[in-house]
Amino acid sequence: MKDEIDAELREHMQMCIDDNMARGMSREEAGRDARLRFGNPTVMRERVSAEDAALGLESLWQDVRTALRVFVKSPGFSLVVVATLALGIGVNTAIFELLDALRLRALPIAAPSELVELRIVGGNGGFGVTDGPFDNFTVPMWQEVREKHDPLSGVLAWRRSDVLVGKPSESRSVYGLEVSGDFFSVLGVTPWRGRLIEPQDEAGCQLTKVVASYAYWRSQMGGEPITANTTIVAEGRSVQVLGVTPPSFGGMVVGDRFDLAYPTCTPPMPRREMFIYSVMGRLKPGWSVKQASEYFDALSPGLFEKTAPDGYSTEALKSFRAFRLAAYPASAGVSNLRDMYNSSLTILLAIAGLVLLIACANLANLMLARASVRKREVALRMALGASRGRLLRQTLLESALLATCGATLGAVLAQPLSRVLVNSLNTSQNTIHLTIVADWRVMLFAAAAATATCVLFATLPAIGSTNADPVASMKSGERGVIGNRERFSVQRAMVITQIAVSMVLLVGALLFVRSYRNLLTLNPGMRESGITIGYFGFPPPKIRPENLAAYKRQLVDDVRAIPGVQNAAATTNVPLSGSSWSHHVQVGPIDGPSKFTYISPSYFATLGIPLLTGRNFTERDTIDAPLVLVVNQEFIRKYIAAGSPIGQQVHVRPEPRYPERTYEIVGTIPDTKYGGLRDGTTPMAFVPIDQLPVTAQGPGMAMMFASSDQAAAERAVRRMFVEKHPGTNMQFYDFEQGILDNLVGDRMMARLSGFFGTLAGLLVAVGLYGMLSYYLAQRRGEIGIRMALGASRGRVIGSMLRDAGMMLLIGLIAGTVLALFAGRGASSMLFGLKPWDATTLAGAAVLLGLVTLVSSLFPAWRAATVDPITCIRVE
Amino acid sequence: LSGNRIPVVQGTLDLLILKAISDGEFHGLGISRRIEQMTRGAFHVTPGSLFPAVHRMEEAGWLLSQWGESENNRRAKYYRLTRSGKGHLETETGAWKKVVLAMGHALKAT
Repeated sequence: MKDEIDAELREHMQMCIDDNMARGMSREEAGRDARLRFGNPTVMRERVSAEDAALGLESLWQDVRTALRVFVKSPGFSLVVVATLALGIGVNTAIFELLDALRLRALPIAAPSELVELRIVGGNGGFGVTDGPFDNFTVPMWQEVREKHDPLSGVLAWRRSDVLVGKPSESRSVYGLEVSGDFFSVLGVTPWRGRLIEPQDEAGCQLTKVVASYAYWRSQMGGEPITANTTIVAEGRSVQVLGVTPPSFGGMVVGDRFDLAYPTCTPPMPRREMFIYSVMGRLKPGWSVKQASEYFDALSPGLFEKTAPDGYSTEALKSFRAFRLAAYPASAGVSNLRDMYNSSLTILLAIAGLVLLIACANLANLMLARASVRKREVALRMALGASRGRLLRQTLLESALLATCGATLGAVLAQPLSRVLVNSLNTSQNTIHLTIVADWRVMLFAAAAATATCVLFATLPAIGSTNADPVASMKSGERGVIGNRERFSVQRAMVITQIAVSMVLLVGALLFVRSYRNLLTLNPGMRESGITIGYFGFPPPKIRPENLAAYKRQLVDDVRAIPGVQNAAATTNVPLSGSSWSHHVQVGPIDGPSKFTYISPSYFATLGIPLLTGRNFTERDTIDAPLVLVVNQEFIRKYIAAGSPIGQQVHVRPEPRYPERTYEIVGTIPDTKYGGLRDGTTPMAFVPIDQLPVTAQGPGMAMMFASSDQAAAERAVRRMFVEKHPGTNMQFYDFEQGILDNLVGDRMMARLSGFFGTLAGLLVAVGLYGMLSYYLAQRRGEIGIRMALGASRGRVIGSMLRDAGMMLLIGLIAGTVLALFAGRGASSMLFGLKPWDATTLAGAAVLLGLVTLVSSLFPAWRAATVDPITCIRVE
Repeated sequence: LSGNRIPVVQGTLDLLILKAISDGEFHGLGISRRIEQMTRGAFHVTPGSLFPAVHRMEEAGWLLSQWGESENNRRAKYYRLTRSGKGHLETETGAWKKVVLAMGHALKAT
């Protein structure tokens, strides 16, 4: 294209020369005359090619080459820009990828958008027994919905329930998925090997058939072919492996996996108060989620009337009959990770976005500084006839190239960063299995981030640099004063913005770190360290229910007798584990719910909980003795209207397996935490475990034992059980570790917001330092003259610091307002402090003040040590 | 340079070029000669104005160009009108006539 224009112009010139010679001029004269008329050929070519291809690809390619040449010439600059952008965009993309995996990505099933989940509107309000976070249906409810589901072409039920595999002596539990016969066909999951569970497999309640997940099949079964004779040992017997699910399918829970899936069964006498299933269905064409909800709402009164459990008081049943079913979209499956981390990740994404914004401001400053260095070049090119648009395009293109490089690297970085994030959420008990893939949403996000950053950091300097008047720029060269005030105020505005945004980030970081610290140092009212939790499952032959209490007492005594075990106690509910058990109580005229825990007499001593008044339980508080209670202070506040709590009668409403009872309060303890550290105080009552209703006794128990060497104690307990009670199933957990595991989300927020806050502070320091140094370079002459005229060093330093202080002040005020505004979004995640916590705000302000002081001291000191003579001479 | 030359009136260069090549194919120098001839030597278009203009008009789709041999065996780029160029010439001619008429009336008015 360029050559063609050249050729055209050259031929034109030649024709003019021919003309002139035809008119009788000599060759030299003709050539001179033609060139004179023709004018400057370079300018001409520029102008013609500008007309030709204002948006032509050819010149674009040329601009790209020019840009690349510029990068090669200043590798340091390019490296800093690309690295900053890659990190910024990478971190943002990583967090977005996690959000995407948790929230947006559909399950790997056929037509996921048709999938709906059925739930009781507002949950079951603690009615009956709820097995897990997704268990919204009792067996009778599921049976009803299985019969009547007009809006749904198919329905399925599933639940998480672990399976014991291996010989009884060395059995271990693996993740199990109990599924209805239609589960795989409704989801449209096709077998990887063999066949999957089908309706006819639902026959008996004995485990006889399982389907393995791909991961389990590969790792535990060696990926052997599935035949009619493929079996594994599970739940103590040999069961047939029907087939393998595809690798992409990990069950219905996001971030989870399963090892074995097995069919549900319908027991002849299902427990009607146990919520054990999650129920989903596929919408028929033409039905919306709303219409389906209306259908199930209309169905609800009859359904809940028919499925109401027995053994409850009329009041309790009234709430059950008032339940309403509704349909909810379930294309992305269900997830407690989503519920736990959705807001954390959203806040983190906002924080990372703000960090990127600060980085952009720094880059813009860098570009501005560079533009001023290149001012001469730009001026020269404009004088030689380059159009403003072309130069603007050139500058923008350079930035776009940098941004593209940064974004590409960032997208690559995002994968490992995302994995680090996921791993930071793993706990000792629970590993998260999220597939992190860069799908189109992630790509789109990275591209959008790159575009936004490019616009942010490049446009302003680009416009600024082409705005300059060529003549003035050429004259003043690189040390010009013209237009500096204006440009400098842009830079000031950017530094102020940086300070304000960092203030928000620092406040956030301090809040989350302090909140995590509050949780760590919180005293739950009981001993946490050196406590081991043991879960024991009794082997057959079955012990008669009336003998179970004595057997459990014997086990506790056996454990307490082990040297190294300081104390041990049985309990029906392990505190701070998230589980909960309540009964409805009535004390005189007041009634309401209270937590109930059935414990051995040694429980309070084991956990170091003091008895405030009354007496502790003793061995004599058996099921035949009068029923007794120990209650906490909140129970007294709520239910004891007046007088001493000791001796008060507490009436407990009946429930299935828990008959109506009247207890007498014999002792009181202080308030302790119950389900989790974040929970407030709640009324709690303790009953001797010997007084647990015989109907509620089961062939298993939880025991908590204290020791100074937990590993040794655990080995000793294990050995004792193997010797004296062979065949017992045992699982041990560290109490303190379990509590820490529950804080993993808080830990992530504290760490990441702390990291980002530090990063923001560093970026501000760099930005401020760069800007002040630049300012100093601009004002060298002025400072030199001032000092020559007798200004003291102190005054020079003072004026620089005053300047920085002013920016700091404005930034801090703006930042505080923003932080207060932003803090409202985070208030629910904080523990023990409010988002407008004055100490935190002051702390962040002091930190930023220090950062400002340190980063402005050096330029100021350098300003004050300039030699006036050299300065003025240069000028 | 002859004394009766006047600068090309702003905004009329496109119209002049369109008119100049309305009845044939011309190369750059040919267009500038033709304009001189059509205006009896009043307008002289310099290459600095001519080439950016024809390239712009080609981008706009009014002209087509192709390489060919000139009368004295030089390679040259020849320009001719496209259909839309012809249409543009017509509308612009009409508009210009109105301007001339209006200016005439204006200047005749007392």
